[in-house]
Amino acid sequence: MINFQAIYAILLREIKVFVREKERIISILISPLLFLFVIGRGISSSLPAHGYTYQQFIFPGILAMVILFTSITYGLYIIWDKRLDFLKEVLVAPISRATLFLGKASGGIFGALIETLMLLAIGAVFILPITPLEALLCFLTAVPVSFMIVSIGLSIGGLMKSMEGFGLVMSFLTWPMFFFSGALFEIKDTDLYLKVISLVNPFTYCVDLMRKILLDYSSFSLAADLGVISAWIVITSFVGIKIFGNLQQNK
Amino acid sequence: METAIKTFNLTKKFKDLTAVDSINLDIPKGETLALLGPNGAGKTTFISMLSTLVKPTSGTASVAGVDINENSLGVRKKIGIVFQEPSTDDILTARENLELHAMLYGLPRAAALKKIDEILEVVGLSKRADDFVKTYSGGMRRRLEIARGLIHDPEVLFLDEPTLGLDPASRKVIWDYIKGIKARNNTTMILTTHYMEEADLLSDRIAIIDYGKIVALDTAKNLKNVLGQDLVFLKGAINPEIGKLDFVLDVEKESGGVKIMIKDLNRNLKELINKAGDFSEIEIRRVSLEDVFLKFTGHKLEEEKGGGNIFETIAQYKTKRK
Ligand SMILES: Nc1ncnc2c1ncn2[C@@H]1O[C@H](COP(=O)(O)OP(=O)(O)OP(=O)(O)O)[C@@H](O)[C@H]1O
Ligand SMILES: [Mg+2]
Repeated sequence: MINFQAIYAILLREIKVFVREKERIISILISPLLFLFVIGRGISSSLPAHGYTYQQFIFPGILAMVILFTSITYGLYIIWDKRLDFLKEVLVAPISRATLFLGKASGGIFGALIETLMLLAIGAVFILPITPLEALLCFLTAVPVSFMIVSIGLSIGGLMKSMEGFGLVMSFLTWPMFFFSGALFEIKDTDLYLKVISLVNPFTYCVDLMRKILLDYSSFSLAADLGVISAWIVITSFVGIKIFGNLQQNK
Repeated sequence: METAIKTFNLTKKFKDLTAVDSINLDIPKGETLALLGPNGAGKTTFISMLSTLVKPTSGTASVAGVDINENSLGVRKKIGIVFQEPSTDDILTARENLELHAMLYGLPRAAALKKIDEILEVVGLSKRADDFVKTYSGGMRRRLEIARGLIHDPEVLFLDEPTLGLDPASRKVIWDYIKGIKARNNTTMILTTHYMEEADLLSDRIAIIDYGKIVALDTAKNLKNVLGQDLVFLKGAINPEIGKLDFVLDVEKESGGVKIMIKDLNRNLKELINKAGDFSEIEIRRVSLEDVFLKFTGHKLEEEKGGGNIFETIAQYKTKRK
């Protein structure tokens, strides 16, 4: 059912697209950098958090944010492919829809890894010391986190008919996932409603994992983080493959 | 004879519009079927269902022995397709497009590279193979599109207006290559086209489709025979009684004159000229596929008022002049 050569072929195409459209790489980084250097720096002076400056405290969350934005945006790009008719070529190819899904997902993961690398470099230079081991762990963590989120993006993109919905998804899904994740604050210290929403938000556990690696500080156990993320990967990729199974050509 | 494609009441509806209306078609292995029909007749939709890109509303079909509803992946393993709409990847080079295709179709690397060089040569893109497709002209993209559909030697090939927008020389090269493939691999093909010459040249049989229904299906020769052997155009004050002559099959007004279809031109032309009245111009020609096409579908165009389509506008213009 799963054709690895085809996954590789699709990944290769996505890598070429990613490398050739550099504007995309840069534009994704803008919001996270604003958070990091404007809000992070601005609040830093007044509010030290757990022995770190506020900027240092939110850095792991911003790193996760970069993965979130890259992965969702990438997933939604499938609508573009549909509209431009590139997708037809892969839709008639002799590969299962699971293969197509995994190929596309691996393209998204690749993109997220590049962005992760860039942010780690910025972080190491300007914000906090990052050891090679920490960087490696962040890099490895980015793979499942991105897989989970890119699956959400591909699922939604697979259902949507036009790019118009893009803004809606960003406003009503991506930004709330980011804000209700404890990326910018400590979950334990917040109101009940914030806490409840954050606990059901899978992205919360991605942020927690990054914080554990980089700051050696976390709200949940490693097992809880990994367990929640794995469960979500199973669900989102299953749903995504189902949705891809029904993908048809649409103009 | 072994059947390559068989459809069973294949139907596709888009809301109220029935794009393909209960088509039953049987195509033997190795046959090339040309699918002709006016814009919007349902040709592309028909091919899209057979290539599993669009799910039928009802009915089904088997392609190379595999059911399109039950095993779409199985069907995709047997087919190749050249799309009507451009679907090559702008951001890749021509060679990269072809390599991607070869990998998706599981061709062994060495053989694929050889095949890619060969086909690039055929479609005349060797020199530009490593340029990005976004820098290509429309015709070059079209040639790349064709090349891609042909590299993996499918059992069944769908060609949706393959030579659309190509210059006459390129078109001829493509025709020869398609004929070569057919001779070599006994490939079954469905070809849609608006170029009658192309249909005449490449196809074994012709199906004319209109409003989603097959309205004629036969060899080009037989279809032409249905209309009679020959055509005589006369301009001037034509005697309206000529329609009553026993060798006259049909009389139609056309561009300021009349188009008369007659049996056995050699024997009857003299009598026709005697009875035709006072004509100022005469032109004689054999029935072409275009006449067949217009006969089966032309009158329908009158009904489509106010469409934005250029072809419809032309058709309306013609209608008004009648
Ligand atoms: N995705 C779609 N949604 C709604 N209607 C559609 C869709 N695709 C095709 N149609 C309609 O179905 C009919 C058949 O379209 P189709 O593309 O199959 O025609 P065609 O014979 O290929 O025409 P052409 O010669 O212009 O390529 C048209 O009326 C068209 O508007
Ligand atoms: Mg068409």
